[in-house]
Amino acid sequence: MRVMLLVGTRKGLFILDSDPDRERWSIRGPLCESWPIYHAIADVEAGTIWAAASSEWHGTVVWRSADLGETWEQSGEGLTYGEGGPPLTKVSSLTSAGGRLFAGADFPGVFESADGGRTWSLFSTLDDQAAREKWLEPDASPPGRLGVIATMPHPAAPEHLYVNVQGFGLFHSTDDGASWAPRNDGMRADWPLEDPAWGYCVHKVVFSPVDAERMYTQTHVGVYRSRDAGATWTEITEGLPSDFGFPAVAHPHDRDTFYVLPVDPGHGRTMHDGQLAVWRTRDAGEHWQRLTDGLPGPHAHLGVLREGLAADALDAPGIYFGTSTGQVFGSTDDGASWRQIADYLPGIASVEAVVWPG
Amino acid sequence: MAAVRLPKTVLPLFDGLAPLQQADGATVAEALVALDARHAGLLDRLCEPGPRLRRHIRVFVDQTPAELATPVGSDSRIDVITAITGG
Repeated sequence: MRVMLLVGTRKGLFILDSDPDRERWSIRGPLCESWPIYHAIADVEAGTIWAAASSEWHGTVVWRSADLGETWEQSGEGLTYGEGGPPLTKVSSLTSAGGRLFAGADFPGVFESADGGRTWSLFSTLDDQAAREKWLEPDASPPGRLGVIATMPHPAAPEHLYVNVQGFGLFHSTDDGASWAPRNDGMRADWPLEDPAWGYCVHKVVFSPVDAERMYTQTHVGVYRSRDAGATWTEITEGLPSDFGFPAVAHPHDRDTFYVLPVDPGHGRTMHDGQLAVWRTRDAGEHWQRLTDGLPGPHAHLGVLREGLAADALDAPGIYFGTSTGQVFGSTDDGASWRQIADYLPGIASVEAVVWPG
Repeated sequence: MAAVRLPKTVLPLFDGLAPLQQADGATVAEALVALDARHAGLLDRLCEPGPRLRRHIRVFVDQTPAELATPVGSDSRIDVITAITGG
């Protein structure tokens, strides 16, 4: 068995490898020709790693490796809205679930690959949504222009799809993307809404791996829990130092345990008081614990981006995150203590944890 | 047949792609399309749909700034350059 962290950075993909004790890690990289990586994932059944990359010079591709990162190929074939369509500035999110491979892109759209990432075709641009007219305006998207920041099949009903559009919120389809409806009921916005159904800034949304009806989000203004697969949301921000943060991860074995990293919501968007802290709830958001053992402060003025927090699925799960200043930290005791496992990497955009059998 | 010099950043993306290529074509676009026939996907790494050159790709024909429609002669040299960008 081999535990692997896929660390997407501004200057390439890095792979951290360990055995299941997760005490010692080796680092490989930069991979993918040092292209900026927005998100990297792996599918153990497919035996493949994918990394979404966008180059100022050469556009958007998805890199793939079928040998655990030793060799790589890339393709951008089909990643386009065509002549006359909106520009595709980047793929910002990848999803492999139920044998399907999705790429979320800006301008907002979802692409699917039926051949493991060799070619792509447009899956949906959510054309039936009134919000679409707004998000096609050149200045309507938030900084970074990420577009579709997540495409998520419901774990128990894969034809039910969730799409998270940066700055506009969650949208849900019960017919495999043929039609969509907003899924933001109960969320807050601190800005005027054209329509109360959409216009929410949902930074990260996750399913509990052990309860497909349980979801959590970290938004621009609050942390929320859903017990009905996103049909309604209940705010659980109380007890956190701010309502603003980017990443979130659910505990792999306990539906009530969930982690976030709140930051200063102003220009800084760095850790409160310069102390790197992970916040954990063990009762679905009723109470929060501040976890700092092994984490730097009081001058750790850094952030963690929306895909920067991950968990492996071992019996004693590893929780990992990567920072804007190039460190990777990990915990194997549910966050009670942390250890730095990499440093001096380029700024980190994404971390995913994979357990390879054998 | 024009000589085409490609930027080094594009070379690792395609098996066996050498920096100096020979390509038929009456224009820059035709020469790049000819290269794409030998290395599928190369055109997309240099051009957006249209096609039009990507924002940070520059082309020179015989050391003169050029566009995709610029004519090329049989002994022309086409330099494809990655513009100064990034950090």
